[in-house]
Amino acid sequence: MDSREDDGGEPLSRMAEWRDVTPLPQDDGPNPVVPIAYKEEFRETMDYFRAIYKADERSPRALRLTRRAIHLNPGNYTVWHFRRLVLEALNADLDEELDFLQRIANSNSKNYQLWHHRRWVVERLGANARAKELNLIKKILSIDAKNYHAWSHRQWVLQALGGWEDELDYCQQLLEEDIFNNSAWNQRYFVVTRSPYLGGLKAMRASEVRYTVEAILANPNNECPWRYLQGLYKDDIKALVNDPEISSVCLKVINTKNNYVFALKMLLDLLCHGFQPCHEFRDSVVALRTSDTDPLGPDLSMAICDILEHVDSLRASYWIWRKNKLSVAAV
Amino acid sequence: MESFRSLTVTQRDQILVEQQVFDIFKTFYNLPPSSQSFMLELQRENHVEYLTKGLTGLSPSFCVLDANRPWICYWILHSIALLDEFVDPELENNTIDFLSRCQGPNGGYAGGPGQMPHLATTYAAVNSLVTLGGDKALSSINREKLYMFLRQMKDASGGFRMHDGGEIDVRACYTAISVASLLNILDDELVQNVGNYILSCQTYEGGISGEPGSEAHGGYTFCGLATMILINEVDRLDLSSLTDWVVFRQGVEGGFQGRTNKLVDGCYSFWQGGIFALLKRLNSTKEVKPIPLGDGEGSGEESPQTTTSSDAAGEEGLNGDLSLGGSHSEIGDQHNTSSQDNVIDIDHNHSKGHANVEPLFNSLALQQYILLCSQELNGGLRDKPGKSRDHYHTCYCLSGLSVCQRSWLEDEDSPPLPRAVLVVSRSLGFRDLWVQNVR
Repeated sequence: MDSREDDGGEPLSRMAEWRDVTPLPQDDGPNPVVPIAYKEEFRETMDYFRAIYKADERSPRALRLTRRAIHLNPGNYTVWHFRRLVLEALNADLDEELDFLQRIANSNSKNYQLWHHRRWVVERLGANARAKELNLIKKILSIDAKNYHAWSHRQWVLQALGGWEDELDYCQQLLEEDIFNNSAWNQRYFVVTRSPYLGGLKAMRASEVRYTVEAILANPNNECPWRYLQGLYKDDIKALVNDPEISSVCLKVINTKNNYVFALKMLLDLLCHGFQPCHEFRDSVVALRTSDTDPLGPDLSMAICDILEHVDSLRASYWIWRKNKLSVAAV
Repeated sequence: MESFRSLTVTQRDQILVEQQVFDIFKTFYNLPPSSQSFMLELQRENHVEYLTKGLTGLSPSFCVLDANRPWICYWILHSIALLDEFVDPELENNTIDFLSRCQGPNGGYAGGPGQMPHLATTYAAVNSLVTLGGDKALSSINREKLYMFLRQMKDASGGFRMHDGGEIDVRACYTAISVASLLNILDDELVQNVGNYILSCQTYEGGISGEPGSEAHGGYTFCGLATMILINEVDRLDLSSLTDWVVFRQGVEGGFQGRTNKLVDGCYSFWQGGIFALLKRLNSTKEVKPIPLGDGEGSGEESPQTTTSSDAAGEEGLNGDLSLGGSHSEIGDQHNTSSQDNVIDIDHNHSKGHANVEPLFNSLALQQYILLCSQELNGGLRDKPGKSRDHYHTCYCLSGLSVCQRSWLEDEDSPPLPRAVLVVSRSLGFRDLWVQNVR
């Protein structure tokens, strides 16, 4: 197994090891479109790869060749695929493969093929690879806490190999660093709903609502906790409407007269689902009215739509549409 | 006001982008009208030049896209088509020939000659050929073999693998199903369980993720929604929460973000903007009787006013600085010279009762972002100011622009209405059109 990063860029045609192989040029045709002005090293490497691929040669030198090709173009899924065939045929040491992947992870953190290959390797290594994997993903997320591939991979590891015990704490930590990180909120939802250690969504709901309400009050303009709150009551709208904590946080934020778009929106959604507001709600909404909004009509939902049309004017069309849906729904 | 240092990474990154974008808007507003007009022009010739050059030659740095060449074809050809231009017959023939060499012996198209077939490059190649049109292009597609390839990529979960032994996700479902639909080879075997898989990818936020459990994301939401429509299972999705999610993906910059609290990116002009076109089409096909949009409330019959020019002309143009109106010789299909007298000022806040034809997103704002922030005057479009142009962003920014210009139409095949197209009407003063007071 080659421990060096690459062959130092030495031309393959000059290497004794490759003397028996006739490189296979790309069949681009006489007048290709989108032709790339390949550098010599690239062209040559791929010519040799094509030859080996066609011959289906699954040898150690083939393995080294795929590494060379991957360095030149990590997006070549054919090379990655063939590398997997060779690794299997050679019964190669997959821990070393993980090390190889680790070395190229940082510069390829958004590469589909790399993450897919990692999944394939880890699947074969099994539970023993779990800790190392979760650790690597943490490292990548410490550089970019929203890397989509890293998060998908993390979810796959948890589901395939376990390791749920510390995950809620990890989410907590990330949210403490950046309460606006939607990937962390999404992961929180994933853990709360799927962890075999936590008892499921309903069991976790009360404590999660408390946590989320706190996050809302700290930054009412943060969309994440509002959507998360709604998520906690997925498929259970009645419970959402009946939970006084929900309507209460809406009221609190509206009363600050600041950053209240999501609060108003949530109140609107509650009303649409049958929430019966006491007079406090109407008073608070009326108090938002500025001189350039028309007097608010008797219907609270419509009044909210009117206000949102003005204070969230980017989405004026949407609020008008919501309002029109109300007038149709009204009996 | 918190000090810059106590802000989170999300807040900091967002503020930096907002500053750049608002600087551009501020500069724009301080220009004389003639310069403003120029800034809002679509630089057709320069875009076409940039695109055509790519078709005929790419620099060595493109070797990282060596397994994506049909994609580069598609991004270029689709963009050229959007600009109402044509590729010369020789290039057309060369493209057909090249793509044939990417077609695998067992069906499907690869990223380049000699590579394994892949669903994404299959999508790109097929759509390139369909865009070129004509007998030669279309007959070069081996439909029978392609069907076999799709069947092989089908997974028990209902999803599809991108290639032999490849990853399964919502993108793969879309590329497979859309190609099958386009080529009329869609059958029960391919459709089986796809709906279940995509349904399992709709998240608590309302958008759709790449795999079950992942974060709601614009690209996957477009793919998921489009696929459900194609297999006639769209009503299984929670469309009202999907709509609600995507509406909030448009930001103060006017453009769209891919996920909640992430940065604006020009390509989402299409991935997110296009969702509205799909939703609108769903609503309009349901106009016959009021059909709920997923939550039991009718939406098709109230206030059946269609927005006509005469309605709009009645509105006082008070705040309509950037107006939708007139026909600008550089934009859309119209080639008549613009006359400022024809321009209609519309205050977008006052379009009450026009909800039926007005799009649910802010088309004006998106056009402003695309033209002022994504467009490079030398040709090509980009993610955001500070990023470089590329063919991918050129394709999807232009696609998004097209969605905007057609967003008022009932009939997708008509040319854009004059009032849907963003032009400069008169002297503009500086205004924060969409900075929210409540931030």
